[in-house]
Amino acid sequence: MRGAATFAAEFAPENMAYAAVVFATIARGRVTALDIAAATGAPGVVLVLTHENAPRLKPMPLFMTAGKAGGGDDLPILQDAEVHYNGQPIALVLAETLEQAEHAASLIEATYEIDEAVTTLEAGKARGTRTGIAFGQPAHVEIGKPEDELATAAHRFEATYTTPRHNHNAIEPHAVTLYWQDGELYMHDAVQAVNHVAWSVGSVFGLGEDKVHVTSPYVGGGFGSKVLWSHQILAAVAAREAGRPVRLSLSREGVYRTVGGRAQTEQRVALGADAQGRLQALQHTGTVIMSAHNALPEPFILSAQSSYATKSMLLDIQVATLDMLANTFMRAPGEAVGSFGLESAMDELAERLGIDPIELRIRNEPEKDPMKGLPFSSRQVVWCWRTAAERFGWDKRQAPGLRREGEWLVGLGCAMAGYPYQRMPGGAAGITLTADGRAQVSVAAHEMGMGTSTVHTQVAADRLALPMDAIEFRYGDNALPGVVLAGGSQQTASVGSAIIVATRELVKELLQLAGNASPLAGLSADEVGTTHGGLASLADPQRYESYASILSRAGRFELSVVGQAPMPGEGMHWSMHSHGAIFVEARVNAVTGEVRVPRLTGAYDCGRILNPKTATSQLRGGIIMGLGAALMEETQVDPRNGRIMNASLSEYHLPVHLDVPDIEVIFSDIPDPVSPMGARGIGEIGITGVSAAVANAVYNATGKRVRDLPITLDKLL
Amino acid sequence: MALTVNGAPVPVPTDPRVSLLDLLRERLDLTGTKKGCNQGACGACTVLLDGERVLSCLTLAVQADGRSVTTIEGLVEGAMHPLQQAFIEHDGFQCGYCTPGQICSAVAMVEEWRRGSPSNVTQDLADSAIELTHDELRERMSGNLCRCGAHNGIVDAIVATYVTEGAR
Ligand code: FES
Ligand code: FES
Repeated sequence: MRGAATFAAEFAPENMAYAAVVFATIARGRVTALDIAAATGAPGVVLVLTHENAPRLKPMPLFMTAGKAGGGDDLPILQDAEVHYNGQPIALVLAETLEQAEHAASLIEATYEIDEAVTTLEAGKARGTRTGIAFGQPAHVEIGKPEDELATAAHRFEATYTTPRHNHNAIEPHAVTLYWQDGELYMHDAVQAVNHVAWSVGSVFGLGEDKVHVTSPYVGGGFGSKVLWSHQILAAVAAREAGRPVRLSLSREGVYRTVGGRAQTEQRVALGADAQGRLQALQHTGTVIMSAHNALPEPFILSAQSSYATKSMLLDIQVATLDMLANTFMRAPGEAVGSFGLESAMDELAERLGIDPIELRIRNEPEKDPMKGLPFSSRQVVWCWRTAAERFGWDKRQAPGLRREGEWLVGLGCAMAGYPYQRMPGGAAGITLTADGRAQVSVAAHEMGMGTSTVHTQVAADRLALPMDAIEFRYGDNALPGVVLAGGSQQTASVGSAIIVATRELVKELLQLAGNASPLAGLSADEVGTTHGGLASLADPQRYESYASILSRAGRFELSVVGQAPMPGEGMHWSMHSHGAIFVEARVNAVTGEVRVPRLTGAYDCGRILNPKTATSQLRGGIIMGLGAALMEETQVDPRNGRIMNASLSEYHLPVHLDVPDIEVIFSDIPDPVSPMGARGIGEIGITGVSAAVANAVYNATGKRVRDLPITLDKLL
Repeated sequence: MALTVNGAPVPVPTDPRVSLLDLLRERLDLTGTKKGCNQGACGACTVLLDGERVLSCLTLAVQADGRSVTTIEGLVEGAMHPLQQAFIEHDGFQCGYCTPGQICSAVAMVEEWRRGSPSNVTQDLADSAIELTHDELRERMSGNLCRCGAHNGIVDAIVATYVTEGAR
């Protein structure tokens, strides 16, 4: 706010050198010659690294292949001449100044032997697909007889929906400032997974994770992209070879070239319904693109797994393998684009059946999880529909193409939003209470703008019965307790449950310290509660002693505990999801085809809302990203050479101020009976459903159905 | 050759390639001004040059010779700038990376509006008292991207600081 927060590229160790990266310009083949003479001789150059002089390294451990594996891909980094994708780093220049490094990098000339490359979904499909493996399981679900049910259903609807590649485009480019000291690596990194990065970098260099120190106090947005990619390894190698601190801040183009985005999908949705609109068959199948070196087939079938009751179900993800940069997790992986197919199709089915689209969905509300058969921990979907519909004014909706205001065709649309609750194992929190009645709460968690530190300061203050300003929340450092990933909307649950356990530990230790002279003497941890900066008997609140008094009588300056969150068992017994309903007004210019969205209203059921202000902002942020996906976002690749063509923020269009209306967000605030603190995730659900709601509104405005994102004006003319 | 940065004289760097942004961030340790694209597309690097908003990534340091630069650090004189306070109250930021640019941009945008400069959406270019409507304000701030989606809060903060108080 005052410009005082220090981001990764803003630490300035003594004698630091600047790195610049050279990227391959072919999709597949090998470097046959690399002319580095001019670069090496350029003013200020300290070092030029290529596959010919780089030290031997292990590949990055690929995400999800081990507990703390955090690599976006597992390709060798400067280990051989092979080129696997257009944009792969082939050289690094280190120089005294940024200008010198960038200039010298531009002097490097590469010659290639070019192999034929597969760069499009069509070509990938022609080469043959395989069933995706998502989260360790084949991405294929079959319940009942989906083909027979579809064939015999009273009403059938089937269509194909396509979504392009997307990039995260956090406004802070990926950056790291690092140095080696006594064989240990110190990294100021912009990441959303400090432990994963430490462990993974350690494994690349053959070091224990305790020898890699990662801090990431402020992250300028991540959305799934800020994990371990090649640039951190390149910087660490350069720093070790040169024997001095290095800063590597990727250029915006460099982020597009070396940090993966969301994969393109081609989804087929087939719905079979009886005369009343009840689903007999729900089929959601299709193909996604992927590289041979990553772990995530964009799991677009996730929405279909839990949204609707259906007699039969067929879900399947096929993977077409392309010669491309690894795709990766991006806000609401799966649901963000899967909900476009499913929720567009539900709208289309409703129209064919002559049923209101909300009514159709409510008729298909499941009693229990349609795939797993588990009960829902809490599901207020109908509340979401009714609440948002009323606030939005759904009753004003007319038949397609009827409402016109001047040049503008006006339509209303809606869609269901949803995202599963998750809590990953490994959550832990440290609490240090000091004799002055203050507490320091430490977790290796991350703040990327989600309000983590505010929310957990609040949780800790609440649990410890201390004022917020007596709590110091420390995070973003792998030296702190816990293995917490800021991803999957699970950080809050993970950290929160650890803080709860740590508080319990603290109470036990305090009672021991209190001893016989305390008014609390003889009470067990279950018999006391925290209140007014101390402990009191639950049965007799007069029996009270402050933390400060307990500590000082025991002659202690401070007391520290670490609490480990219990293994996340809740998801094994319950189907747990955040839900929502999102409503959109779209205006389509009858002359130019331009689409504007002047109104968005969403009602969400995310369990208990810990902080309404930051939660609303999180939801809005997701919704705006969904608006971008609906109307403008697309990473364009040149099919001839697999190169991203719009690798800049001027050509990859994001929603800007004029595109963003006031967005109304309403929460049920009904606590989840099973999750720690009653809260479920809020970080990803916002983006889900939005592009379908926009497409449905555009259809209502114009009578034109667009099944291919983004909905640009050329598709409406 | 020298320029003034937040009131203090600073020599112009000898390497003519140095942008104003890199001068601030890499040589003066004024890292409040952010680099989001280095291509003039995101607005994160917005600073005030003789009171006008400029993209410091597209401005060479030598171009600022003899002129006066104000960065986010310079807007804070003792107490917080009222707009900064409003950003906090209206949750006008999430990660905070676009925020210094949004604030510098808004401060100069309001001056442009006050002296009657039209924007791309101004209907009547001859109008001497343009109203800072919903679209006027948003259009004028559209050069400052925010990927976290703090747009509503940013606009609310600007409106609360400059518009509802009848500052014009
Ligand atoms: S850094 Fe200057 S406009 Fe993006
Ligand atoms: S607050 Fe993160 S980019 Fe605007």
